[in-house]
Amino acid sequence: MSRLAEGATDLRAPATGTAAMPEATAAVAVRATLRFFASELRVTFFRRRNQLLLLVAALFPLVIGIGLKAADPHGGGGGRGPGASGAAYFSQLAGNGVFLTFVALSLLLILVLPVVVGVVAGDSIAGEAGYGTLRYLLAVPAGRTRLLAVKYATIVVWSVTATFVVSVIALLPGVVLFGAGPVTLLSGTTVSLADGLLHVLWVTLYVCAAMAAFGAIALAISTFTEHAIGAIAASLIIVVASEVIENVPQFAPVNPYLPTNWWLDFDSLLRTPVDTTTLWHGLLSFAVYAVLFVSIAWARFTSADVTS
Amino acid sequence: MTMTPDGHSAELAIASSALTKRFRGGQVAVDHVDLAVPRGSVYGFLGPNGSGKTTTIRMLLGLAYPTSGTARVLGVPMPEGTTRVLSRVGSLVEGPAFYPYLSGWDNLVRYDAADASAPGKTAKARISEAMERVGLLAAAGKKFRNYSLGMKQRLAIASALLVPRDLIVLDEPTNGLDPQGTREVRTLVRQIAADGITVFVSSHLLAEVEQVSTHVGVMRLGRLVFQGELTALRRTAAPRVAVRTADTATAAEVLAKLGLAGPQAGADLVTAELGDIAPEKITAELVHAGVGVRALTVEAPSLEDLFVGLTGEGFDVEAG
Repeated sequence: MSRLAEGATDLRAPATGTAAMPEATAAVAVRATLRFFASELRVTFFRRRNQLLLLVAALFPLVIGIGLKAADPHGGGGGRGPGASGAAYFSQLAGNGVFLTFVALSLLLILVLPVVVGVVAGDSIAGEAGYGTLRYLLAVPAGRTRLLAVKYATIVVWSVTATFVVSVIALLPGVVLFGAGPVTLLSGTTVSLADGLLHVLWVTLYVCAAMAAFGAIALAISTFTEHAIGAIAASLIIVVASEVIENVPQFAPVNPYLPTNWWLDFDSLLRTPVDTTTLWHGLLSFAVYAVLFVSIAWARFTSADVTS
Repeated sequence: MTMTPDGHSAELAIASSALTKRFRGGQVAVDHVDLAVPRGSVYGFLGPNGSGKTTTIRMLLGLAYPTSGTARVLGVPMPEGTTRVLSRVGSLVEGPAFYPYLSGWDNLVRYDAADASAPGKTAKARISEAMERVGLLAAAGKKFRNYSLGMKQRLAIASALLVPRDLIVLDEPTNGLDPQGTREVRTLVRQIAADGITVFVSSHLLAEVEQVSTHVGVMRLGRLVFQGELTALRRTAAPRVAVRTADTATAAEVLAKLGLAGPQAGADLVTAELGDIAPEKITAELVHAGVGVRALTVEAPSLEDLFVGLTGEGFDVEAG
């Protein structure tokens, strides 16, 4: 909190012009922005459409768990053999329900989680423009940079929520259907259940970072249109296109730069010792995408006329 | 805050200089507009649809960036001062816009939360007061999408009144309203003005602002073709005397001898500006000169006629 307040002093003092009590002014500005952020979160999380999205995201792990159990009551291999690349945890599911989290995350990362994030992020600015509420927010004045910051912060919270909904909900049917106990990692080491859950937390946080970075892409697209549906569709087309390119061997050289390339690389977190090189590459990719596209969003949003 | 109608820019709520907006297609929507809106006035911003009123307002509110020229709102340059000055400016731009899935109350909570200068502690009291003022408190819990057009418009005005303002900008506040709703808005504008708040209200109908305005500006094809006190606009409407007679030649001579300006003669009609001459004197002179007067009338053009004269008949006529 206090660090946040100090940071805000530096940013706001020249803007407000009244340097009489910079400390107090900054505190007021921070409190006001937190109030705006809280309002944005309320509007986002209480919107029926968004609640349905979370519900759908929560249903998938249940369906996947039941499906895998029904298809192969004795093991977790499902249709994919243990050698299936990048999905070694499928075969581990038999031994431990904790692995349903990784199965669910890896399956939902293909499209469902991007949809959940893309709808909210693609709607963020374009939706306000479509309703005409953008001009009123700016006339309030919310401040263009401030509004964008609040929007992106909300997208990040939303991405984290959606990802945790999937991984936490997946634990329930996972444990009920496949049992719980000491977790055998992909490298063969067995760790305690508590340690296994810690791995679940790390993996979930990694996916949160991936989704937050994707949210930045959708936010940037959102600043270019007043049709929310167009922004949402465009952001999802980027996901699908990136995934298609990843699967064409001839495009291998560009793979590391694709937005979706590192999304599934959390399986190194399921080995000991953890292969941090891949993880850092992934996190670096997310950071670059987030910074780049938030910058694009900012450049566009602070310079364009609001005509809606 | 003493009011000097023709004072310098510090006393102007809105001042623009050669404000111009050229769209990407090359179309000039606003062309060198010099607005001067005195503090404490009710300024009627008039012009037909498409004459550049809304684009001007968008530039004044920092929503659109001018191509050239400058604008000051409450003495602060725009759009640079947007976040500094707009908390003192309440606005309704191009119709009400709210979240359809939120109630009227929650919509105002939302806009109020976005305002960095509005204290959260007093939000409830202020929203309640604003809704009360526009007579919507009873419908506060209703979803916005279920509001009637008039209620939507009033909610927009309530959002403009959430915090104390020095200036209220209302863009076509009566658009789409029935006569009852129009009258309500007019009453609200009067009340707001009575509190000493400057009101800048745009309309394509003169009749709607005529009764409340102290000043008017008239836009035509992106240009400000008239600006001043409403009484000054009225004064530009010189009354004319019209004489209906068979003997137009003699009648015209008499009018010329009396020194009437701007004579015009028709088949059986002679007209001229009345000036200071009493109509009965003209009658006497005409009769004295032996002109058979069939009818003599004094015609003062209505404000509406003047308005149409300034703005043109409308699009079709303009295009033709």
